Amino acid sequence: MGTGSDMYRQQILDHYKNPRNYGELEDPDFTHVGENPSCGDTIKVDVALDDDGETIETVAFTGDGCAISMASASMLSERLRGMTVDELDALDTDDVTEMLGVDISPMRIKCAVLGRQVAQDGAKIHRGELDPDADRTRTEE
Amino acid sequence: MGVQEQYPFDVGAIRDDFPILDRLVGGNPTSPGQDETDDVDLVYLDNAATSHTPDPVVDRIADYYRSYNSNVHRGIHQLSQEASVAYEEAHDVVADFIGANGREEVIFTKNTTEAMNLVAYAWGLAELGPGDNVVLTQMEHHASLVTWQQIGKKTGAEVRFIEVTDEGRLDMADAAAKIDDDTAMVSAVHVSNTLGTINPIRELAELAHDHDGLIFADAAQSVPNRPVDVEDLDVDFLAFSGHKMCGPTGIGALYGREELLEAMQPYLYGGEMIRKVTFEESTWEDLPWKFEAGTPSIAQGIGFAAAIEYLEEVGMERIEDHESLLAEYAYDRLTDLGGVEIYGPPGDERGGLVAFNVEGVHAHDLSSVLNDYGVAIRAGDHCTQPLHDELGVAASARASFYLYNTVEEVDALVDAVREARDLFA
Ligand SMILES: Cc1ncc(COP(=O)(O)O)c(C=O)c1O
Repeated sequence: MGTGSDMYRQQILDHYKNPRNYGELEDPDFTHVGENPSCGDTIKVDVALDDDGETIETVAFTGDGCAISMASASMLSERLRGMTVDELDALDTDDVTEMLGVDISPMRIKCAVLGRQVAQDGAKIHRGELDPDADRTRTEE
Repeated sequence: MGVQEQYPFDVGAIRDDFPILDRLVGGNPTSPGQDETDDVDLVYLDNAATSHTPDPVVDRIADYYRSYNSNVHRGIHQLSQEASVAYEEAHDVVADFIGANGREEVIFTKNTTEAMNLVAYAWGLAELGPGDNVVLTQMEHHASLVTWQQIGKKTGAEVRFIEVTDEGRLDMADAAAKIDDDTAMVSAVHVSNTLGTINPIRELAELAHDHDGLIFADAAQSVPNRPVDVEDLDVDFLAFSGHKMCGPTGIGALYGREELLEAMQPYLYGGEMIRKVTFEESTWEDLPWKFEAGTPSIAQGIGFAAAIEYLEEVGMERIEDHESLLAEYAYDRLTDLGGVEIYGPPGDERGGLVAFNVEGVHAHDLSSVLNDYGVAIRAGDHCTQPLHDELGVAASARASFYLYNTVEEVDALVDAVREARDLFA
């Protein structure tokens, strides 16, 4: 059997059906929205930082999309807590698939990385490294 | 099982012409072709995206490369003459197939999309301006929607969309209201690649012509699976793609009424399309070559004609009947499953495809799970994003059938959809 049903192991289905940190923060330090137009996946990530302005204190997300994108955002929201913004910035695709703990088929990678990309772009805009007019994030070539 | 007994032809014999249908899948998708990691039977239900190519067509293409590969129109040598004759005669085969008057009315393009762009640029840029309008339907494929939208922006012409009813049919009262004396072109999809709706092209043609407008039919999903005759439909332009009708990729056709094509200026310039060139001036070749600049897709053109001959041997009415049989069966079985929303008109009124969503399962997840059962469907917006917005969904799953598909394959689809639904429940 292919990577498909492996892709939907219990953990992924659990995060999809019961997303963690789902909602919005009262007073986030930054907020960013991204989408994956071909799937219609949309994710909004809110991040609140510690007083040091570097460490991620809490993350919340809302969104609409496939199991892979939603489960990935849910897991990421737990994973990011306590990380620094630099550490967030350093997360690559392998880190995301490792976190998901399953092989993601090539056509679905963009779903898996959407949450991470939104969080990273949000942080970059917050630091003035990315133009906020390039308002939305897309994980498509 | 009574349904198989209603097959209008010997589907098993057809399948023998398509060795790809016997392959296994399920292994590593990054290395092309079957290998030992593949372990489930392929159930290919993505024919509206592209169809498979039968051995007789593959052989005809291979024969060109093996025995008379050469450039066309240029050489006096024998191979070039053989290639030219075969390539030119392929236009006659296409012309006959759709009831055109002759090769003058058939331009080979890369695909439907290029055919649409050819008319939009060669006719649209010259003829359209502020005050004019182009009327499309809400169920247009991006090939026509985006093209006319952008030509509208360039020329100042207004682009209007005929609405789709809740049952997934074209609202003909709205069509009659939107097509008016300022309508220069009506561009409408014949069979919707998402809703499966078979649109009344002839009625639209009458509306367009009553107002001195033209009509372009996007026949990408109709020419492959039913008899289509340009005179019966009374269209001015019509386009379709070889790869959706047992032919190779890289080839499609634009039909245009001869006097319209005659009046249009070329879309691409260069070799093969000129008659006389000086440093200052050029004159154009006769139709259809005037619109086929540069070395054309020769093998593909020859393969396109071979595909048409293959389909004609089976018979277009019978292919239509077979598709209707499978579409209706799939519609009924998916409906009976529960929790499945199907878009478009009822099963007995549609082309051979069914687009749907399963409650609680994103179309991409559905397609991934189906892939595990070897079932290949399309998931996404099928190049009809605005229509999906109207339907209120971001994406849908689509199963589409062709002459080699079977009732058992529809059963495999339904079983896999049930598994996916239960996995996410
Ligand atoms: C209705 C319709 N129009 C146009 C196209 C575009 O065809 P092509 O990609 O071959 O240009 C398609 C298929 O993708 C289609 O289904």
